[in-house]
Amino acid sequence: MHELIKYVPLLPFIGFLILGLFGKYFKKEAIIGTIGSGTVFGSLIISLIIFFDFMGKGHEKPLLVPVYKWIETGALNINVSYQVDQLSILFSLIVTGVGFLIHVYSIGYMRGDRSYYRFFSYMNLFIFMMLNLVLADNLLFTFLGWEGVGLCSYLLIGFWYDRKFEGYKITWTGDAGNKAFIVNRIGDFGFIIAMFLIFNEFSSLQYTEVSSLAAADTMKYFGSGTITAITLLMFLGCTGKSAQIPLAVWLPDAMAGPTPVSALIHAATMVTAGVYLVARNSVLFALSPVSMEVVAIVGIATAFFAATIGLVQNDIKKVLAYSTVSQLGYMFAALGVGAFTAGVFHVMTHAFFKGLLFLGAGSVIHGMHDEQNIKNMGGLKSYMPVTYKTFFVATMAISGIPFFSGFFSKDEILWNAFSNGNIFLWLIGATAAFFTAFYMFRLLKLTFHGKERFDHHHVHPHESPKVMTLPLIILAFLSAVGGFLGVPYALGFWFNTKPNLLESWLHPVFQPAQVILQRTEGHQIHSIEYILMLVSVGIALTAIYLAKRFYSDEQWAFPRALAGRFQTVYKLLLNKYSLDEIYFAIIGTPILKLSQSFLWKIFDVKIIDGFVNGLATVTVGAGEKIRRIQTGVAQNYALLMMGGIILIIAWLIFSY
Amino acid sequence: MAPLFITLFLPLAGSLFLLLLNKDKPKLIKYTAFGFSFVTFVVSLFLLYFFNQNNPNFQLVFEAVWIPSIDAGFRIGLDGMSLLLLLLTTFISTITILSSFGAIEKREKEYYAMILLLQFAMTGVFLALDLLLFFVFWELILIPMYFIIGIWGGKDRIYAAVKFFIFTAVGSLFMLVAIVWLGYYTGTYIIHNSAGFTTNFFVLKSALSNHPIPIEVQRWLFIAFALSFCIKVPVFPLHTWLPDAHTEAPTPGSVVLAGVLLKMGTYGLVRFNLELFPQASIEFAPYIGVLAVIGIIYGALVSMVQTDVKRLVAFSSVSHLGFVVLGIFSMTIEGLQGAIIQMVNHGLTTGMLFLCVGMIYERRHSRDIAEFGGLARVMPAFTVFFGIAMLGSVGLPGLNGFIGEYLTLFGAFKSPVLGSQWYTIVSATGVIFAAIYLLWMFQRVMFGTITNHKNENLKDLNKREWATLIPIVILIVWIGVHPNSFLKISENSTKALVNKLELVKSGNQKNIKVKVSQVKHYSVNKNK
Repeated sequence: MHELIKYVPLLPFIGFLILGLFGKYFKKEAIIGTIGSGTVFGSLIISLIIFFDFMGKGHEKPLLVPVYKWIETGALNINVSYQVDQLSILFSLIVTGVGFLIHVYSIGYMRGDRSYYRFFSYMNLFIFMMLNLVLADNLLFTFLGWEGVGLCSYLLIGFWYDRKFEGYKITWTGDAGNKAFIVNRIGDFGFIIAMFLIFNEFSSLQYTEVSSLAAADTMKYFGSGTITAITLLMFLGCTGKSAQIPLAVWLPDAMAGPTPVSALIHAATMVTAGVYLVARNSVLFALSPVSMEVVAIVGIATAFFAATIGLVQNDIKKVLAYSTVSQLGYMFAALGVGAFTAGVFHVMTHAFFKGLLFLGAGSVIHGMHDEQNIKNMGGLKSYMPVTYKTFFVATMAISGIPFFSGFFSKDEILWNAFSNGNIFLWLIGATAAFFTAFYMFRLLKLTFHGKERFDHHHVHPHESPKVMTLPLIILAFLSAVGGFLGVPYALGFWFNTKPNLLESWLHPVFQPAQVILQRTEGHQIHSIEYILMLVSVGIALTAIYLAKRFYSDEQWAFPRALAGRFQTVYKLLLNKYSLDEIYFAIIGTPILKLSQSFLWKIFDVKIIDGFVNGLATVTVGAGEKIRRIQTGVAQNYALLMMGGIILIIAWLIFSY
Repeated sequence: MAPLFITLFLPLAGSLFLLLLNKDKPKLIKYTAFGFSFVTFVVSLFLLYFFNQNNPNFQLVFEAVWIPSIDAGFRIGLDGMSLLLLLLTTFISTITILSSFGAIEKREKEYYAMILLLQFAMTGVFLALDLLLFFVFWELILIPMYFIIGIWGGKDRIYAAVKFFIFTAVGSLFMLVAIVWLGYYTGTYIIHNSAGFTTNFFVLKSALSNHPIPIEVQRWLFIAFALSFCIKVPVFPLHTWLPDAHTEAPTPGSVVLAGVLLKMGTYGLVRFNLELFPQASIEFAPYIGVLAVIGIIYGALVSMVQTDVKRLVAFSSVSHLGFVVLGIFSMTIEGLQGAIIQMVNHGLTTGMLFLCVGMIYERRHSRDIAEFGGLARVMPAFTVFFGIAMLGSVGLPGLNGFIGEYLTLFGAFKSPVLGSQWYTIVSATGVIFAAIYLLWMFQRVMFGTITNHKNENLKDLNKREWATLIPIVILIVWIGVHPNSFLKISENSTKALVNKLELVKSGNQKNIKVKVSQVKHYSVNKNK
């Protein structure tokens, strides 16, 4: 049954081809939408079949499904080949499941767009690439998917290529797409070098081979420089794709794309590819304590800094973008302390609630005629009841309110940060959680509650059509109950279920890494875990209370006063720590200046050409350059030939 | 044998035939030229059938006496690398002629005769297995190319043509001197044939691998050949003729220049430098590697600040060919295979980029990036093609460029000859810059809204332009998705070459020294 895995990526690829080549001849949007979402639905069904088959047969080991030989030369032997195991099945379910819902939603959201077919063909291509990324059995094939999703991200961010978009050194949406692609390329550089190092060390790029070889010789590899270099370079790739410090700068600008794109690519799936890559190579990371520490620190720092920026943003999508960066930071923090399951768990719940938040935001933007500034919203609750209710559920989930999905996954991360990391990791994580709950409820309050601040003459808010709200409802359901797949051991008895289904499902994947780390993921029931759990619930509730109080008076007197009082901090956050400006000042501008005024204008034109022209001029005698060069050709030739012959004769004489 | 001869001589026949036609019938001239080139391409495809991929040696070899007094012969034949480049030549030539229909509007008869003559010479370069014959073809290239740039080029065409001529002629001069020395040395001191001289590549190859030239001399010979080839590639810092030649040449001229001509340099490095002067090649590899790396970064950086689209693509060639040179001097199978596939890739993608630039130029008579913006709206089909060429050049996996870059970088990474992983690490940053300059250019030309009213009514691609671009796109995707069908062709001949180089490298230095002294000893005896 698992051989069917080939068709999981194939279907969306066929969709891409049909829509890309013939899409413009389809007169009805319904046909395009049906093809686009139908292929993804097909992939979802096949993924489910494989999932039940795999589980039913009780497989433990990965199953490989080779398709064909891709690059075979010298020592390299790279296949296009898929790997069916617990991790890849889980990711393919997330990608096709959430992907399908977002495709359906897009049928409504993109209605009337000039390039309707182009949108769906790109989206199908994205699903195809994302599935290659998570299903590939080797690094190079994963890299194909990795770059492929980057391409789709680029194409879809700049989808409305004739629209303007505001950002540092950004005028058009396409500039934002460029930024995403280029920043990601910096990460890809790390990925490529990591691959070379891995091949040099293990003579293979296949995950199963590399992991088993590395795990077999922990004496040699544990803490070795090579493994640290490999994992750090690979992690550089992850910081690009998953928008972590120092390469986080592209994601907020990626919001230039249509909102379903933000939901699918820049929240639910593509940006979690970095998490996937670390999880997939858990053995290598586990072998390098240094890298693990780096991953944990970068993750938690990103979680914190992005959350602080989210506190003051006024664009509904920007708030969610920084929130995504921050949540991805949590995932890496989990991976860094060795809680691989917790990281992957958060990928899943985050796909539900953040996908939902973006789709909700899209619904708001749709209903508000492209308004994105939450300062110009307010009171939308009554106009968009479904959007409001589902958005509310997602907000509860991300804020960590008990028994919503985010509560379980985030709490799992924080608990692991404490038990396997240290108190500081927990503290920073908990503070970021406080900010998260605050900015989310601020967003909820400013958008849906309070006075209606929009212009009633021009804007007539309305609920979105069913094709858009239905995916919202399904995602809301998943956001609410998805967490029960990963109920922590500490709470297991409450629900009288087998605790942490997800962990037992993923256990075979992460077990080798856990062995190296010599630990298990929070199995022992610990009284501290209860205390921490209560503390984080308290934190969330406090933040929610504060957000409500801050923004309940219509003048927002207190937050304004606060911003005035701490202007430097406020400006710093509002300007996103000026990272773009700093990068440009210390890297971008100097390189451009060097290239423009030295390398080209001086080195090329003056020095090299000058030398050549000078040579010609000297030969011919002074005069107008070009004319003289022309007449001087033969002489040059002859002169040089003479010189050459003399030299050769000299050698002949002197060497014998 | 027959297909090889037809592939070589049909373009020449076409060139001569065109001279018989009435110059006032440009249509007839165009289609005749296209017919000759297209038939040549089709015939060259049959070579794939006659060529045995499992045989690492030269195949379909033909030898005939030419100048017996110096043992120069008409010797041609193919191995995997030359077959790939030959097919690239016949393919690009056909595309070039098709693209000329729109680009060339004066003196068609002479033009198409020149192009076909050029095709003949290029084919000859990749087939010749005799140094003198090679040199003749090599020099023959200069004549049609000089006129193509000089007559049908842009504003500063004379300057560009002369610069092109001088640079290449200077290079080949050293090569000629080296050929003379090599022929004399081998003929007189190693094989002692009656002529006391030889330019037979087979003889040279086997003679020199049994009796390596003393390293002190080999160095100079290596430099003489390498200089000529490196100018052609061009390797930094010998590249400055290229941007001028590209910018001033008419579109088809740029296509054939990028598509095939530059490959003659890299081909020569593999065929002659590595084969005939292996010791010197190993010795010089780290230095040429450095130049290649500088070229990769330098070309990319300078591309970034160009305002003329064509010049931008020209500088990007310097960067892309850096990968080829790096792959060659890694002297690993992966690196060389990557270099060969990258030669083909560069011919396809950069050729296609030049075609695309030409298509805009024909519509607007400008190549200034600032003149454009928002073309995607009026030229959607063109946008897709231009986009694919751009992404192929960026090195996106799934398209051709990635395969070449990955293999060359990997080859350099593990290369014992280069001996340092820094070559790869530094070069890999070129991948970042490639994305920067190409995406920026694409953004400024294609996206945004139309700000220049002259662009409002541009026509999308016509049927001929579709026909020009689609075959290239098919190959770009094919190489990216299934590179094995191309890698297989040259795998065995590359393996043989690398094995030989490894043997030379590991062959202990003493051993070689002994041989050298033997040769010296012998030559001294003979002189007596």
